[in-house]
Amino acid sequence: MKFIYQTWWKVLAVVLIFYTLTAGFLIGVPRLPILHETIRNTYFHVPMWIAMFTVFTISVIYSIKYLQSGKEEHDLIAVECVNTGLFFFALGLVTGMLWAKYAWGEYWSNDPKQNSAAIAFLLYCAYLVLRNSIDEEQKRGKISAIYNIFAFPIMVVLIMVLPRLTDSLHPGNGGNPAFGKLDMDNRMRIVLYPAFIAWALIAVWIATLRYRIRLIEFKKNTIN
Amino acid sequence: MKKLIFLVAMLLSFVTVNAQPGSDIQMADALRTSGMIYVVVITIVIIFTGLAIYLFSIDRRLKKIEKEN
Repeated sequence: MKFIYQTWWKVLAVVLIFYTLTAGFLIGVPRLPILHETIRNTYFHVPMWIAMFTVFTISVIYSIKYLQSGKEEHDLIAVECVNTGLFFFALGLVTGMLWAKYAWGEYWSNDPKQNSAAIAFLLYCAYLVLRNSIDEEQKRGKISAIYNIFAFPIMVVLIMVLPRLTDSLHPGNGGNPAFGKLDMDNRMRIVLYPAFIAWALIAVWIATLRYRIRLIEFKKNTIN
Repeated sequence: MKKLIFLVAMLLSFVTVNAQPGSDIQMADALRTSGMIYVVVITIVIIFTGLAIYLFSIDRRLKKIEKEN
């Protein structure tokens, strides 16, 4: 856990994002009908989801750890990771809606991918509501940890599995490959993969900042 | 710092070869040849620079508070 106080990975994240911001606009992309230049949205829309998955995964790990150890710190990490994840979740949804307006014709076309993402968003909002409705600390920690452990696989199924079983406009669904040979080439991959790493690190960074603030508040409340 | 430079070098080292794509679909070529896309890139880079400085300053202030406690 010492790494959260170190600087090198934060610098790395910032450098990589500067790279994707410039290379993402200047390196060529495949010429595709309908998409045109909006294919560059891939560099910014998809990493939001990668960032969200990263912090949600960390959150589940610490929820399991909390159930094992009962350490309040682990519970705090789990909550702040969900808070940060929801922020990136919202960014992913909004950027997706904007892109959908120009690629699919509507901001919200009740596409399976959009609908199940919205349900997953509510699922995680319910986590925060559940948490805040319990006053007793240990009970709150345990119940919310268990809820979180169940919410995570359901979220993955809602976003990654169910839309693939039906027809969806979103790439990667209904037999329509995401990042396939059709819509991606290596020029895009050299920007996209660093972007994944960079935004995941930024999300972890924000989550650690929130956790450190939470930890100070927690310590103040327990000592006094 | 060495670790950092090495990591960045590893991440950014690659070789790609591409065939010439067809040119019948409209892209923002004109924008790029007239150099206008750089304006957008610079704008975004400025915004992100601000955000990065903001995050680093929060990090520094937190470190101070953590030392006091």
